[in-house]
Amino acid sequence: MKIKDTVHFQWYKSLFVVFIIGVCFLGSAYVTDASLSEVFGNLDQMIAFLEKLSHPDFSYIPTLLSPMLKTLKMSMLGTFIGMLLAVPFAFLATTIATQNAIVTNIIRLFLNIIRTIPNLLLAAVLVAVIGIGEATGIITIAIFTFGMVAQLIYESIETIDLAPLEAAESVGANKLQIAVWSIWPQIMNSVASYFFYAFEINVRASTVLGYVGAGGIGVTLSASLGLFRYDRVSIIILSIFIIVLIVDALSEAIRRRLA
Amino acid sequence: MIVFDHVSKTYDNGVKGLIDVNLTINDGDFVSIIGLSGAGKSTLLRAINRLNDITEGEITIDGASLSQANKKQLRLIRRHIGLISQQFNLVKRSTVQKNVLSGRLGYYSSFKSVFGLFSKEDYALCNEVLEKVGLLDKLHERCDNLSGGQQQRVSIARTLAQQANIILADEPVASLDPVTSQEIMEELKNINVTMNKTVIVNIHSVELAKQFSTRIIALQDGRVVFDGDPESLTHDQLTMIYKGNAFLKESGK
Amino acid sequence: MKTKNILTNKWVVCIVIIALLCFCAYDIDWSSLAYFSWGSLKGTLISLLQPEWSFFYNGSGEDVFSLMVMTIGIAFLGTFIGTILSLPFVLLASRNLWKHNTIIPRIGKFILDVLRSFPELVYAIIFIKVVGPGPFAGVLAIGIHQIGMLGKLFTEEMESMDEAPVEACHAVGANGIQTMFFARIPQLLPIYASLTLNHFEIGVRSASTLGLVGAGGIGATLIFAIQGRRWNRVSIILLCIIVTVFLLDLLTGYIRKKLR
Repeated sequence: MKIKDTVHFQWYKSLFVVFIIGVCFLGSAYVTDASLSEVFGNLDQMIAFLEKLSHPDFSYIPTLLSPMLKTLKMSMLGTFIGMLLAVPFAFLATTIATQNAIVTNIIRLFLNIIRTIPNLLLAAVLVAVIGIGEATGIITIAIFTFGMVAQLIYESIETIDLAPLEAAESVGANKLQIAVWSIWPQIMNSVASYFFYAFEINVRASTVLGYVGAGGIGVTLSASLGLFRYDRVSIIILSIFIIVLIVDALSEAIRRRLA
Repeated sequence: MIVFDHVSKTYDNGVKGLIDVNLTINDGDFVSIIGLSGAGKSTLLRAINRLNDITEGEITIDGASLSQANKKQLRLIRRHIGLISQQFNLVKRSTVQKNVLSGRLGYYSSFKSVFGLFSKEDYALCNEVLEKVGLLDKLHERCDNLSGGQQQRVSIARTLAQQANIILADEPVASLDPVTSQEIMEELKNINVTMNKTVIVNIHSVELAKQFSTRIIALQDGRVVFDGDPESLTHDQLTMIYKGNAFLKESGK
Repeated sequence: MKTKNILTNKWVVCIVIIALLCFCAYDIDWSSLAYFSWGSLKGTLISLLQPEWSFFYNGSGEDVFSLMVMTIGIAFLGTFIGTILSLPFVLLASRNLWKHNTIIPRIGKFILDVLRSFPELVYAIIFIKVVGPGPFAGVLAIGIHQIGMLGKLFTEEMESMDEAPVEACHAVGANGIQTMFFARIPQLLPIYASLTLNHFEIGVRSASTLGLVGAGGIGATLIFAIQGRRWNRVSIILLCIIVTVFLLDLLTGYIRKKLR
């Protein structure tokens, strides 16, 4: 009985995959100077550090309320502006609305490029160009949201029922009218759902945007780290965690009701 | 031999699935269970290999109590009972061979089966049963590339690989077209007659039930309302079982 | 007017949204925009359009190419660790593996939620204190964060999988381990692989930012270039990041299609 008669008849495929993964693994480990012994060797340092973090400075909470609120407001405004811009571009990015493959592909390329820029790096660049402060944070979030949500919206446009569009076209509606009266009502609920999804992600991201100066609680975090005040660092981290939990729960509840 | 002794099943929400069922199914019978949806057909069938637990009464298979069996004993009992379902219950992405061999899992330790170390005899058995259902050429084919009828035949092959004495079929032809349904039922009858295996089928089509079974059991609201050979199943009894003339109009009787 | 009608009325919702936005906008420090000048923006944009090509590869090990390779390495190793370590948690957190016990899945899910709530930057800061600055801290940061992210996605897939083949295995007399390997894993493997590849790509994006706090990769170099207002350098770095992520997107997309 040969191997090719058994359940392992494609053993060479599995071997190939394992080999590739192994090569990448070793390559990465080399390139990043990874060493397991370092993790365990410095375990006592980790414990000492965690010990410093385990005494959060609860008295610092009142000082945190204002930056926290600013972070939330920053996210809310940024998400809203980003979505406002995303909707028209999303329509342009699908042939269902534009009937024009060239325009669609150019817009999609543009959106792809915007989406590949990491959030924090965008913030750093904008801070250097525009200046520090929450306004920069809002613009960063807006651009990031724009890229992310535009894709979500055009993907959902691709899944709608085309019958109402055909009906509208047959009575002589132009592309703009079709977009507003046939496409938009079908995706309205999804768009609202994406708003909260983006808001959730942005709150998480905006907590660290301040690290590069774009406002919000990240600024306080960066300051406390610089001063080695780990008791403050830990209370900041704790509050970030709680805020994210609350926003997540609220967002999920609202999105479930929209679905 | 399967014996149901005053078997009842009451669900957590108070609904009664089975009420005082008393049955004896002999080896080599071809039994069809008919009745409306929700009458308790699936509950009854799945109680035989204890995929459903019963709340009262006893089920014994060849003298061994099913309800009292511990995990190990249950495993041994299940090895000899095959199950075929409406949705074929195959692992779609795996090959035909792997699905059929999974019928032998009850005979292997975890270690060997995880590494796919089946014995030569089992590979030979797999080829033999696939030959019997006419699918040997699809040995390494992925199951989702097969038609509905072919997938059901792979399911049947799996029960043959188990060397099961009892074959339970839960609506085996409900998702198949009439021609394929006939083929599958013939396959089951063939196994029943040539290999002397007990076959118990849940089925909606009374014609197929009458055509192939040696015995028909009808359930209504959890109770057995008819238990006998197909010839004695009268028109009036069918009307009572199916609570109305709807099905009679369809079958044109 | 009943309360329910008020809350779902279109106009009320609009007014509430506008009020919320104004409330948000009021408090924000808009002063930074005052320092903004179009002239400097123009100068910056011109520099951005002239990437410093020589910085791409100069054999020093500090150039964009080598750093990008390091960044990809960080992402790969981090995602690798994250995937492997998330599996035990997935086993704990999936409801359909714990028939009669609702407490353990809840604890499992909670742990995964905690792990994914912290931004990677926070983990990077912590790990720098443990293993020192450098790429390995980035690996660990991404790894731990991915345990949470992949763990949650894997659990969702496990809980929504088709239980019919599982039932078939039980009917044949297979035990838990056999059921896992014959019914569950063949179904889940393609989806898990697809999710892992997707998160590897996301990991590359994160890895490029972690350099900010000293966790290795291209982030640190980028920040220095930005702070030094060396826009030509910033440009080549950003270009490289964009192209790399784009190529990885194509590669992982291709592999994911083959997995279907």
